[in-house]
Amino acid sequence: MRTLLIANRGEIAVRIIRAAQELGIETVQVYSDADKDMLAVQIADRAVNIGPPQAAKSYLNMDAVLAAAAEAGADAVHPGYGFFAENADFADAVTNAGMKFVGPAGDTIRRMGDKVAARQAAANAGVPTVPGSDGRLDCPDEARRIAEATGFPLLIKAAAGGGGRGIRLVNDLDEFDRLAPQARAEAEAAFGDGGLYIEKFVTHGRHVEVQILGDGTDAIHLHERECSLQRRRQKVWEEAPAPMLPDAVRAKLCDAAVNLAQAVSYSGAGTVEFMYDDDSGAFYFLEMNTRIQVEHPVSEMITGIDLIREMLLIADGRPMTLTQGDIRPHGHAIEVRINAENPAQDFLPFPGVVSDLSVPGGPGVRFDGMIYPGYAIPPFYDSLLGKLIVWAGDRDQAINRMHRALKELKIGGVQTTRPLHRELCNDPDVRAGNFHTRWLEDWLDKNATRLTD
Amino acid sequence: MSNKILAHLPGTFYRRPSPDEAEYKSIGDTIVEGDVIGLIEVMKSFHEVKADRAGTITAFLIENEDPVMAGQPIAELSD
Repeated sequence: MRTLLIANRGEIAVRIIRAAQELGIETVQVYSDADKDMLAVQIADRAVNIGPPQAAKSYLNMDAVLAAAAEAGADAVHPGYGFFAENADFADAVTNAGMKFVGPAGDTIRRMGDKVAARQAAANAGVPTVPGSDGRLDCPDEARRIAEATGFPLLIKAAAGGGGRGIRLVNDLDEFDRLAPQARAEAEAAFGDGGLYIEKFVTHGRHVEVQILGDGTDAIHLHERECSLQRRRQKVWEEAPAPMLPDAVRAKLCDAAVNLAQAVSYSGAGTVEFMYDDDSGAFYFLEMNTRIQVEHPVSEMITGIDLIREMLLIADGRPMTLTQGDIRPHGHAIEVRINAENPAQDFLPFPGVVSDLSVPGGPGVRFDGMIYPGYAIPPFYDSLLGKLIVWAGDRDQAINRMHRALKELKIGGVQTTRPLHRELCNDPDVRAGNFHTRWLEDWLDKNATRLTD
Repeated sequence: MSNKILAHLPGTFYRRPSPDEAEYKSIGDTIVEGDVIGLIEVMKSFHEVKADRAGTITAFLIENEDPVMAGQPIAELSD
């Protein structure tokens, strides 16, 4: 690999450029008309314009990205996260153009991106999946029988699904009899397809995910992350290791992820997501993400492994030199997402000019960002400005360090989610690790108004 | 006399609620204060553009799916 095209923007583009340059790989950054001043363009060796501000006309314009790669003489493409990162056709197109795609094969992306196929692959690899119907249910009697076998509470979902329509939470069989026809009618009206499926509902679920690396032959894990603090299914605070997970479950979860990765001959960095049931101690496969994730730094901080560097080496065709025995987690790491949003005003996006910037320092503190003083944040893309990551010997010290680092972080001119994270550091439930995936939304109902700088 | 409806946020302007639905308003439509005339997408979230005055739409000054800056005129009205 000599020349890498970065088919992304923002903080992850900066992160990829840094790893590539350390490996002596030349970097070519694509950019839209709205992004000519972004940090990634400034630090890349070269940059190529790929079109208008709207992502559909630039970062999601496959012809434009491939033409840029050809024009730049790139021999590899890193897709980052979002945009084309999990687009199998893009991965195939890159490979067919004679370049290396930094990620798994198109067919692996396709298979794991299909909910039913992914669930089947997990079940085949012996990984527990969420109990429920194995596919769509068209016969009401069969639906009733499977509902009883699954147990309550459960969710009725539309097979054609999306946007929360056709979903019902059901607590007992009487409710099931009343709500199933409603869900069927709603799905029929919304999607022209009344097909339903049934899934067990985990009341106190934690989102736990396992970072894996594979080279197509071998796979290893870099332990787990917990990302239960979410708002509208967006993670806001992530940590490694998962604070409350019993060690026996931890080992089983990580082994399950490796089994799945090996079963699909996984190549590159990936994440296997699970729902962990705090009440029963059971865990269930949710999905596999075939890309690098936003929260990868917490795994890097506890293992000392540079995941982007490993991705580049694997894509270059070098067999993985790391073995499971080389992965020795140490201490505790936390990442918080610093978004250009006003948490006191329902997280209203706040694009603007960064008037001044002061990034925290000291031991165990890392800032993966995309901003600098004078930078005008464009309104066309997501609101992530950067990620503040800390590491310390244990979780308590890590939270203290995060609190201190957040105090040092100053981003002038824009509203950010900094006040949210400062308050979370002080919260007794967060301190105790006492939360689940719906905890933060309840907490925000009570506390949002005081989240001002 | 001509009045203008201004963008309250920067982002991408849309004249339809979704690609396969009808436009909120067309040229020649009479609107009242509070009517939705379009959407602005900012950082992947969508916000309605509401008329802050009544009148008849004589022109759209921003094309569908074009970028818009905060404070930029979106539509022109006559009384």
